[in-house]
Amino acid sequence: MPIDIDIAHVARLARIHLSEDELAEHGRHCADILEHAAKVQALDTEGIQPTSHPLPLVNAFRDDVVSPARVLARDVILDQAPAVEDVYFRVPPALEDE
Amino acid sequence: MSDRQTIRGAAAALRDGSATSVGLTRAALKTASMTESQVHAYLTLDTEGALEAAERADSQLAAGDDRGPLHGIPIALKDNMVTEGIETTCSSRILSGYVPPYSATVVDRLEEGGAVITGKTNLDEFAMGSSTEHSAFGPTRNPWDTERVPGGSSGGSAVTVAIGSALGALGSDTGGSVRQPAALTGVVGMKPTYGLVSRYGLIPFASSLDQIGPFTRTVADAVDVLATIAGHDPHDATSIPGALPDLGAGLGRGLEGVKVGVVSEMQRDETEPAVRANVAGIIEQMEASGAKVQEVSLPSFEYALSAYYLIAPAEASANLARFDGVRYGNRVNGANVAEMMSKTRADGFGAEVIRRILLGTYALSAGHFDAFYGQALKVRSLVRRDLDAAYEQVDVLVGPTSPTTAFELGAKTADPLTMYLTDVFTIPANLSGHPAISVPVGLDDSGLPIGFQVMAPALGEEVMYRVAGEVERLAGFTARASLASSEVVAP
Repeated sequence: MPIDIDIAHVARLARIHLSEDELAEHGRHCADILEHAAKVQALDTEGIQPTSHPLPLVNAFRDDVVSPARVLARDVILDQAPAVEDVYFRVPPALEDE
Repeated sequence: MSDRQTIRGAAAALRDGSATSVGLTRAALKTASMTESQVHAYLTLDTEGALEAAERADSQLAAGDDRGPLHGIPIALKDNMVTEGIETTCSSRILSGYVPPYSATVVDRLEEGGAVITGKTNLDEFAMGSSTEHSAFGPTRNPWDTERVPGGSSGGSAVTVAIGSALGALGSDTGGSVRQPAALTGVVGMKPTYGLVSRYGLIPFASSLDQIGPFTRTVADAVDVLATIAGHDPHDATSIPGALPDLGAGLGRGLEGVKVGVVSEMQRDETEPAVRANVAGIIEQMEASGAKVQEVSLPSFEYALSAYYLIAPAEASANLARFDGVRYGNRVNGANVAEMMSKTRADGFGAEVIRRILLGTYALSAGHFDAFYGQALKVRSLVRRDLDAAYEQVDVLVGPTSPTTAFELGAKTADPLTMYLTDVFTIPANLSGHPAISVPVGLDDSGLPIGFQVMAPALGEEVMYRVAGEVERLAGFTARASLASSEVVAP
């Protein structure tokens, strides 16, 4: 079953800027892979519950205390950022977005 | 194998005074300096830090402060585990130059256990690949034949152990990324039960599949590495609570009465004849040694690969959303936020990572979710159900680790689907969360190593190691890669 993908739309959703050539190549590869992956649709899964996680663990609680060894200073965090201003991450204007 | 190129051999030598950690570490670093230009296993060698840790280990051991089996042993880390103060890149341009402010739990546990961390090893970018060719910093090559790949994604870690530029290494296994490179480089590689080893500080690829595991020369060494890094971690909500089982309790207990299932769906025609013949030969020997061997059919196996290539990219597309040029990593500027993010991600990610993000985004997007991702999760249940049913009848399942031995560089890069098919035998254990190990058992006609896989039920590490140890003994595999160094024998 051939898969028809609007690859430009998918790339926009994923926030990845691609050239026309790159879009065409990724579109082709993704269609091939999805066609193979679509084999899962051939299986009868009526009444089968999905498994999103291999462990039956639920509600993994820990004590509500701060572990000082795991706390990072604000400056350490800000030092990782490509651009900061005062104590904030700095980004280009957001309101012109699309 | 009791020589100093194994962890147990080296540990004994450290304690009887015939070796020092500084000596072992210098030997590993020297091996690296002689082989790196040919194999490119390391992205970062921490020579200074390693020698300091080795000196510390020597004085601790001399003072009777014995931290356990890895004390003073040189260990390499895949570069997707964060290390405080040491650059961590995931082999991606987007993280080039990133120096983490904290260390992964496995790193802390290695350090508490006195291990000497030699450096960070090469991988397929963000662990997405089966050949270590998809690294932004160039491929790793197989020390058995440098025109061939070492497998992946943990190819760098596998190679350090294969040639002796570390005595053990950690990798991560999402769809076979420890076991497959172990098979292709002739070493032992193991994926623990999901949740046995903390993922805190492992940069995620597919969170419900990722698990850190050891590369070693021997099965017994794999027990020692796993025992050091495993155990509950309150910082990982998927970490299994409670005390650790005695992982090595079955070593040396033989195969008498052990029920071994041979998976019919892993006897595929596409599998290389030498791989099939070697695996079949080991199974015959197991039977002669007292194992009760029976054929087991797992009908959902042939759908596992398809389900995996929906689930893993879906999780990856969500996990990699964090790389947006805002809080860490590199940035390409743009006129507005959307353009900055889109250009940053296009520039920072390689083609394979982009492909998987696109696949995952598609599988999770409106209109396709149920047919692709939702259905894949149900198939995952079927794989798990088939395996659970099989383990009602047998103690372990066996088969090849990989359908092929090491392939040539570039052989599968043009067609992603061909590359994905190399993981067909390793993926089921990731979908089910079960433990599995690859043990080297022989060579093909070109002198390339063949891996034998032993899979066990959840938290079945004890029986898995027991059987793997017997497979190792029966195979008597002692060949070394042509580039492997004899340097580590020197104290």
